[in-house]
Amino acid sequence: MLKKAAKFSNSWLTSPVTRALGALTIIFVIGLIFNANGAFFKWGTHRDMLRAVSVYGILACGMTLVIIAGGIDLSVGSILALTAVCFSLFTIHKGFNAFVAIIACLCIGTLCGVCSGAFIAKFRIQPFIATLAMMVFARGVAKWISGGQKISTAVQQADGTYKYVDVTAIFNLINSKIFSDNITVVTMIFFLCLLVSWVLLVKLRYGRYVYAIGGNEEASRLSGVPVATTKILAYGMSGLFCAIAGICQAAQELQGDPEAGIAYELSAIAMVVIGGTNLQGGRGSIWLTVIGVLTIGYVEKILSINAVGEDKRLMLTGAIVMSAVLLQKTRK
Amino acid sequence: MKKDVTGKNGCLLQMQHICKDFSGAQVLTDVNLFDLNAGEVHILAGENGAGKSTLIKILAGVHTDYAGSINIGSKPVKFSSIHEAAAAGISVIHQELSLVPTMDVAENIFLGREKSRYQWLAKKEMNKLACELLDRLGLNIDVSRNVEDYPLSTQQMIEICKALAFDCRIIVMDEPTSALTDVEVEKLFSIIAKLKQNGCGIIYITHKMEEIYRIADRITVLRDGRCIGTAKTSELDQSKLIQWMVGRELNQQFPRHRSKNGSVVLKVKDFSVADPAGKTMPAVSSVSFSVKKGEILGIAGLQGSGNSELLNGLFGTYGRNVQGNIELDGRSYNPKTPSNAISSGLSLLTNNRKTTGLVLGMNIVHNTTLAALKKYSSAGWLRPSKELETAQRHSRSLNLKSAGLSMRVDSLSGGNQQKVAIAKWVETEPKVFLLDEPTRGVDIGAKHDIYELMNKWTANGIAIVLITSEMPELLAMSDRIIVMHRGRITAEFTTDQASQEKILRAAMG
Repeated sequence: MLKKAAKFSNSWLTSPVTRALGALTIIFVIGLIFNANGAFFKWGTHRDMLRAVSVYGILACGMTLVIIAGGIDLSVGSILALTAVCFSLFTIHKGFNAFVAIIACLCIGTLCGVCSGAFIAKFRIQPFIATLAMMVFARGVAKWISGGQKISTAVQQADGTYKYVDVTAIFNLINSKIFSDNITVVTMIFFLCLLVSWVLLVKLRYGRYVYAIGGNEEASRLSGVPVATTKILAYGMSGLFCAIAGICQAAQELQGDPEAGIAYELSAIAMVVIGGTNLQGGRGSIWLTVIGVLTIGYVEKILSINAVGEDKRLMLTGAIVMSAVLLQKTRK
Repeated sequence: MKKDVTGKNGCLLQMQHICKDFSGAQVLTDVNLFDLNAGEVHILAGENGAGKSTLIKILAGVHTDYAGSINIGSKPVKFSSIHEAAAAGISVIHQELSLVPTMDVAENIFLGREKSRYQWLAKKEMNKLACELLDRLGLNIDVSRNVEDYPLSTQQMIEICKALAFDCRIIVMDEPTSALTDVEVEKLFSIIAKLKQNGCGIIYITHKMEEIYRIADRITVLRDGRCIGTAKTSELDQSKLIQWMVGRELNQQFPRHRSKNGSVVLKVKDFSVADPAGKTMPAVSSVSFSVKKGEILGIAGLQGSGNSELLNGLFGTYGRNVQGNIELDGRSYNPKTPSNAISSGLSLLTNNRKTTGLVLGMNIVHNTTLAALKKYSSAGWLRPSKELETAQRHSRSLNLKSAGLSMRVDSLSGGNQQKVAIAKWVETEPKVFLLDEPTRGVDIGAKHDIYELMNKWTANGIAIVLITSEMPELLAMSDRIIVMHRGRITAEFTTDQASQEKILRAAMG
């Protein structure tokens, strides 16, 4: 009886959720200690932290899907930039209806993802290579569409002068705070993406296939799992989430920057991995990613409210990421 | 400069009282007497699973925890790594070659022992030496071209050259001819003759009868991990050799209850499968057979006979790389993909549950429903309670032992893993069940359960095509047996006609 209880508590201790939560708790406690004269105790700090990680978090949702399917997506930062540019262009310069612009951007993002997915599934190109190519290509398209310029409210006229136009309503809507200013719309969008990912991975047949392919692709194929379709959809979903993140990014910056999102793929991967989702695929969950997102979010927030310089901030972030991953390894 | 490893009476190697177990399962029991003289070809014979490759792996330093003693020459040795074994003059030429395909011939021959002057590679010297070594084997090829540019047979010669470059005196060849054409085989044999002249000892593993009697000086037979005997080739005729190889008693109970055979459900005509590894010889060449409802058709064959490829080809594992006319349940069937095969009423229990059978990181329930997941989801939404119900039902009927159905399958024992894989296929409700080594690595109790299941399925009108390398199992469970050798059917028996001797003779060509 005792033995059984010990075994139970042991398995609870070593479960990936516990391990990931352990890292987050440690970071949180550090925040309580170095609270920057009480700044850490104010809800506003946490709200701002959530706002800051929301775009990354949305990318991490798609990344989780792709990584569990046994792949990787390096193109998320570029697709984000491409859709941010398109969204600004459509709404500010072309004056499209907001709804039409959003749908168009979502389609563009999904298309990019489906393209990489098709190359990976149909031509058996390694995910690293295929999405690397998409990363470069999408960045190129973003620069081509924007002419290398930031697409902002300063619109160049035919005679070369700039005219300032009003920010469209949709930008203000996405960029606003709701529930008596307690949470930002962007964060709510992130939560919605989490919910969608959870449904996909846990509630739908599709999600089961994603886990199966990541766990053992050949056994899945021999069990009649539609491997190619599932993979293409996973990258397509990742592209869709990139587009959502791109729209949010554009709204937050009030412009579409073709240089946006550089190295965002690394942050998204780091968030997934810190949560404890294995890069080899077949394991992990969206909730682990939530923990990873919060861990990185708090690390950055705590360092910034304590006014740690950027140089030290980067060094500390690197060290903390490594420690969080190590913590999971050694507990095993 | 040759290493002097020759002991008294020209004896190169002795292995005494070798015992080896894998987590409790005894694989080798007191294998004795296995010795090798300079200048001889010593054949190591035995059925699949007799322990030949385990013995070789011990010799090559792959398995280091064994009991018993090994003498090289007259010096006792105990290798703790592959490198130590190689340094002692042992070279193993596997079916899968250990060359680096993207490096050139000379680089491969001297890999790990590059000739150098003050850390600078002596490329010219190595090329020259490589040429000389290849000359000795009568091979005239460009040593500065990549290994991958040459056909498999030449690659094998290069591997032998590598052994010579390391001054290896003990050369182990594990079924070296399985991928070679007849001309290439002749070339290999002439090289073996040269190696013998040079004083090398060769341990040669083969399943082919004609090879044994062409090149062997002596033969040692292993069976069930025991050494049955060693004899000079002239003193061991073919029938005695076969008797040594199969002569085990039927000590297991096989509860086959024959059921009434119904109409023909699977009819295969002139079915061919291209070699999955891209070799020129097809894995299966124009095979024809048929199976009736409620019948178990056994397909016998040694390694490389193509029987497993036949089942995989039918199931669509290789996509459209197959040819032939197939009729499944009265309708024409064309293997395209596994999912197409499943919906047509075929199921394949693969011969390796770890790599192709199960998703090891998923739990029992999810593995059970994986192949028939559409039944457990409406409009794409999963219905976990229904899944659990099904898994519980199978768990009971298959006598599955686990701490809970949410356990991951990699924590189950081999027999229970196999039952999960079986449950997965039963869920797809096949008309024809292809079983590739259903009892491999399964304990006796679970084996018995699996035999009973096969009886139940045939009683319900399911046809079974069975591959098993365990001869008694094949003889007892099959209603009819066809034998394959190098991709062709060489014999067909009813169970009454069949005997282990007859089957083995046909399987060895």
